[in-house]
Amino acid sequence: MRSLSKSAALACVSGAAVLCAGAIAAVSAKGVSYEDVADMLIAVMVADRTVYTTKVVNRLTKEKVITADEHFDDKKTLPLPAQMFRFGAELAADKTDKFSYSLLSLWPVNKQNAPRTDVEKAGLEFVAKDKDAKYTAKETLGGKKYFTAVYADVAVAPVCVSCHNAHKDSPRTDFKLGDVLGGVVIRIPMTE
Amino acid sequence: MGRTAKLWVVWLLSTLLGGAVLLAAMIFGGPLRANLLIGKTTGGHHQIELACEACHTSPFGGGEVLQEACVGCHKEELAAAKDSHPLKKFRDPRNADRLAKLDATRCVTCHREHKPEITGAMGVTLPGDYCKLCHENVAKDRPSHVGATFDTCASAGCHNYHDNRALYEDFLEQHAGEPDVKEPAVVELRVQENEAIEERKPLTTVDAANAPSDKLADHAITGEWLATAHSKAGVNCAGCHAPKKKAAAEIAAAWSDHPPAAVCAACHEHEEKSFTQGKHGMRLAAGMKSQVAGLFGVFRDAPLSPMPVALARLPMSEKAEGRELTCVSCHGAHDFDTTEAQVESCTGCHADEHTKAYAGSPHDKLWRAEIAGQGPKGTGVSCATCHLPRQAIEDPETYTERIVANHNQNDSLRPNEKMIRSVCMGCHGLQFSIDALADTGLIKRNFTGRPERHIKSIEWVMDRVRKGESKGP
Repeated sequence: MRSLSKSAALACVSGAAVLCAGAIAAVSAKGVSYEDVADMLIAVMVADRTVYTTKVVNRLTKEKVITADEHFDDKKTLPLPAQMFRFGAELAADKTDKFSYSLLSLWPVNKQNAPRTDVEKAGLEFVAKDKDAKYTAKETLGGKKYFTAVYADVAVAPVCVSCHNAHKDSPRTDFKLGDVLGGVVIRIPMTE
Repeated sequence: MGRTAKLWVVWLLSTLLGGAVLLAAMIFGGPLRANLLIGKTTGGHHQIELACEACHTSPFGGGEVLQEACVGCHKEELAAAKDSHPLKKFRDPRNADRLAKLDATRCVTCHREHKPEITGAMGVTLPGDYCKLCHENVAKDRPSHVGATFDTCASAGCHNYHDNRALYEDFLEQHAGEPDVKEPAVVELRVQENEAIEERKPLTTVDAANAPSDKLADHAITGEWLATAHSKAGVNCAGCHAPKKKAAAEIAAAWSDHPPAAVCAACHEHEEKSFTQGKHGMRLAAGMKSQVAGLFGVFRDAPLSPMPVALARLPMSEKAEGRELTCVSCHGAHDFDTTEAQVESCTGCHADEHTKAYAGSPHDKLWRAEIAGQGPKGTGVSCATCHLPRQAIEDPETYTERIVANHNQNDSLRPNEKMIRSVCMGCHGLQFSIDALADTGLIKRNFTGRPERHIKSIEWVMDRVRKGESKGP
């Protein structure tokens, strides 16, 4: 009960912070800055992810209704929160190329989710040290220029910690509630 | 005009005429089209190679047009296979450097058609070590892979590029240690039966047949009909030969001695859909034409004919010469004997080593025992058990499930690990199944004997589980 309350509080703080960031975005006739767009996007992403993690996965797992598993189809379980997030990213990419996002980590369960670009590496290291800060940079990938923002991905519920610490492919097994597990990388193609 | 000038004019006009004829054949089809193929097509597409528009949907399109065509036909099966490398995974800009080396967002990067000189297993036209481009450091995370060469990733029974439903690590772990033959050894979906969708009144006497009187002279036909599921479900003669007609005069006027496959499809929708997705029936899929209408009526639509046995690239029986593939080729025109359709219809045409070795094989013996009533239902293994397996299909409107035979024989065949979960594991353990399907000699003997190959993937996984291996990126 104690851990649940703590996670709920963390989720609220996290969600409130990003929602505030989105609310104070500078919208003008000239448009919205890349940074503000990224802040708005992360506000929605974190809110949805937190709700799914705490209100669905953590609650139903705790109440022994259903569990979440990487192989949710075969095991008739819920998708993991990280999978839910990735599926959303893939669906969004089906709809638009105006932005993209991914969930990466310095300690990835799937090694394909380790940083691959200099900006990803620098961003993940930056937010690992300060989970309330964001890292922004411009980078050129495949001949296109991108505004890239990296935000901390925090363990908002006990299931995040227990899964990452227990997974046989996890290179780190000492995560605690509230720790930075990785980061969300948002990229917006720059037109100017 | 001098003689030389006249010759120039004749040459110019004949060149233009020849060019126009070739261009028309290319765009609209017709008898010349076969001569315009730019290279031998793969085993997966040669049946429809004259329906150029199936893939080249626009004469002016580029790679996007081809991509749409690939996805148009293969999207569903890739989704069902839980594609390990879906195109959407590669859209993220972080993969730009990888895409520069290998554009995994386009099917034709790996599967180029009309290139027989570079086409390998599964229609792959890349060198076999393509996995290296993205998974170069795999041995750092998997010490078991040290020394393994990248050309063996997808050719040694361990991985596939698209379909790894029976090969992924946790599945191997979950099914480690299973016996070679399970007890009971039963293909469950062969045991389950569908409930009737609606109540039908069985037709039990010849008098009930509503065919015109001159069509009822052949008592063999009416006898066969009375023995089928059709008569038991209340499907009368006109149901197929004059669909939707009720009055005798209407039936006589609309009567067709040889109803097209579309009539079968009206009731057997799932079977028809999968049939036209596989090699047997793909020529009958919608839009497959050897000639398309155009050029002010000079060309008219000409659908491809049913697949002639003569076009097959696999060894076929001489007895099958002249035959072609429609629903009744395997099911018969009136008896619709599903037992015969599961073995004898196959062996009536196919004459490769695997087929010829079926008679007397362990699977055949089990099949004979089952149909003789000496073995429990679901224990026999016919050709169709493995190649046209039953599957549960959910009706998206009613959420009810029905068991249907998948008539796309390729759906469980290329690569053959696709049949492990849908078929093999009903009776066999995972290790035995993987080993058996990796043993080409055993396949040729139609699984008479034991696997002589052993794939170590399950051992590697269990070793890793025991050691609790994990390393950083």
